[in-house]
Amino acid sequence: MYVAVKGGEAAIANAHRLLAARRRGDADVPGLTLDQIAGQLSLAVDRVMGEGSLYDPELAALAIKQARGDLIEAVFLLRAYRTTLPRFGHSEPVDTGAMLVERRISAVYKDLPGGQLLGPTFDYTHRLLDPELAGDEPLDAPEMAADTGERVIRVSDILGDEGLIEDDPATDASRPVADITRTPMEFPMERDARLQTLARGDEGFLLALAYSTQRGYARSHPFAGEIRIGEVDVEVMIPELGFAVVIGRVKLTECQMVNQFKGSTKAPPQFTRGYGLVFGQAERKAMAMSLCDRALRASELGEDIVAPAQDEEFVLSHCDNVQSTGFVEHLKLPHYVDFQAELDLVRRMRAEHFARTEGDTPADGAAREAAE
Amino acid sequence: MTAPMTETNTQNLASYNFAYLDEQTKRMIRRAILKGIAIPGYQVPFASREMPMPYGWGTGGVQVTAAIIGRDDVLKVIDQGADDTTNAVSIRAFFAKTAGVATTTATPDATIIQTRHRIPETPLHAGQVLVYQVPIPEPLRFLEPRETETRKMHALEEYGLMHVKLYEDIARNGRIATTYAYPVKVEGRYVMDPSPTPKFDNPKMHQSEALQLFGAGREKRIYAVPPHTNVVSLDFEDHPFEIQHFTEPCALCGAEQVYLDEVVLDDKGGRMFVCSDTHHCESRRAEGHRGALLGDEPVVEKEAAI
Repeated sequence: MYVAVKGGEAAIANAHRLLAARRRGDADVPGLTLDQIAGQLSLAVDRVMGEGSLYDPELAALAIKQARGDLIEAVFLLRAYRTTLPRFGHSEPVDTGAMLVERRISAVYKDLPGGQLLGPTFDYTHRLLDPELAGDEPLDAPEMAADTGERVIRVSDILGDEGLIEDDPATDASRPVADITRTPMEFPMERDARLQTLARGDEGFLLALAYSTQRGYARSHPFAGEIRIGEVDVEVMIPELGFAVVIGRVKLTECQMVNQFKGSTKAPPQFTRGYGLVFGQAERKAMAMSLCDRALRASELGEDIVAPAQDEEFVLSHCDNVQSTGFVEHLKLPHYVDFQAELDLVRRMRAEHFARTEGDTPADGAAREAAE
Repeated sequence: MTAPMTETNTQNLASYNFAYLDEQTKRMIRRAILKGIAIPGYQVPFASREMPMPYGWGTGGVQVTAAIIGRDDVLKVIDQGADDTTNAVSIRAFFAKTAGVATTTATPDATIIQTRHRIPETPLHAGQVLVYQVPIPEPLRFLEPRETETRKMHALEEYGLMHVKLYEDIARNGRIATTYAYPVKVEGRYVMDPSPTPKFDNPKMHQSEALQLFGAGREKRIYAVPPHTNVVSLDFEDHPFEIQHFTEPCALCGAEQVYLDEVVLDDKGGRMFVCSDTHHCESRRAEGHRGALLGDEPVVEKEAAI
């Protein structure tokens, strides 16, 4: 006698109740506020905004809270909300040269106009756990320099003025700007769509690929030309007005990687670019993105495609963590219908195998005896 | 859970349209569906959206359903043939919540049936739409991983590779070793992945009275088989296509010639086989059919009363 398992609906509801309780944790401990998350876990918020492709620290903080700190789950929450928003248009290209920089470093010049500005960085900290942080000790107010008004020109512009680095690829202004959230991926992919895809790509995946290029899988001799972090104005052209209007500011991390390039049939000897641009303070991601961008320009620059990081379909089809996690985790779903079909086949083939080997046994036995 | 979320949401953080997707998106998806119907078996790229369930969990099917569902539709959702598997429950609840439509488990009563891995045993009738959730829409994907290549192969009707694969199966195993997602040729032109349904279900796709729509969200593809279309499973003259056969009938309703799930009863090798299509099994039991292991417990009476 057998009673079929029922009750998926009640089980799901109960599981979600338990999830809500686990998310909240000990009720005697005050719950996290969105301000606390946005203010004190701001790099997590930045990552979720970047990979979620939605610049909204409050919603990103909410997503992190709801996801119990699982950042990929938080990215997913933000994306699933973002996708329902109407699309009004696109902004003018942001001018990162006019960025109000909080951090700006160059590894290729000792000093340069605008100076090296370390900003809030983990670099040069000693990674020693700080027991004082267990409490809430007051901190010294940070030192702030007066604004000198000096224009912080981009390193790529310094190199570009001398013709030492290739120009930014010319963009055809008459062509509409790609939007990977509104059109399916197509290969080969244009630069705009590629950079969009990388900008929302998984930090870990891009980091590993970028690392692989440094270890000889598509070596590109990179120098960190410049990394800058700060706020830029976002301008939108309003057709009714006939001019662009600033609608707000976003914090960005930009990385210009300068790569060596020994001339080919297509280009004279000059440095080449790899570009990274990400929402918020996300230096590791921006650097990884710029290395991957450079590697993916292989065919454009006439280089042989020999490594995974140069393989456009491979990199761009698999860098989205919301897609990756969904498909990997879908293996949790029931597959017993298909498994039944495989079970049936394997059983039949095993039966045939044993029937065959049993038939062979006497001959085998005779051979063994002869050998002995 | 019962009222649609439209118009009623007062929170400024988020509000959603009927059946979740905005009307622009639905229109885009409907265009892809129409193109798919016009070119049976051809994979139409579409601008798949992020859905509030993960990729790989039916986002393609959900988008297709969301694009075609209206207030008067009656929706049935099955996974592995069953209405009560967790993901089927979740998707059904999603549409009950976001569209407020009527749902059913009865195959003949549904106007839209969203499915994962099975085609119902009850033959579908004209006017019904079967929406398949598709993980990998490209039948050639495991032979050629590159989309740029496979699209060319479809365009040139270059399907030799698939026949070589099936031939190699026979050479190695004495038979075609594909048991699910068994490739079919649609209306003599496109080789199509029927989604990971067992090959047992392939014949049901042929000359079906219902419209069959396939949605692959993560891979951003929609394809279709219009009613009364030829759908032929690939095979060879000396190795004709054949479906699975089960040696025993359903242990609960005694049905034969249906697809069965194997249920492990104990740790001593005890097994039973029951209908994978739960609605089919329940309606047969309601009609008085009895399988060998069907007890007289209340579950049966309750289901018979429904």
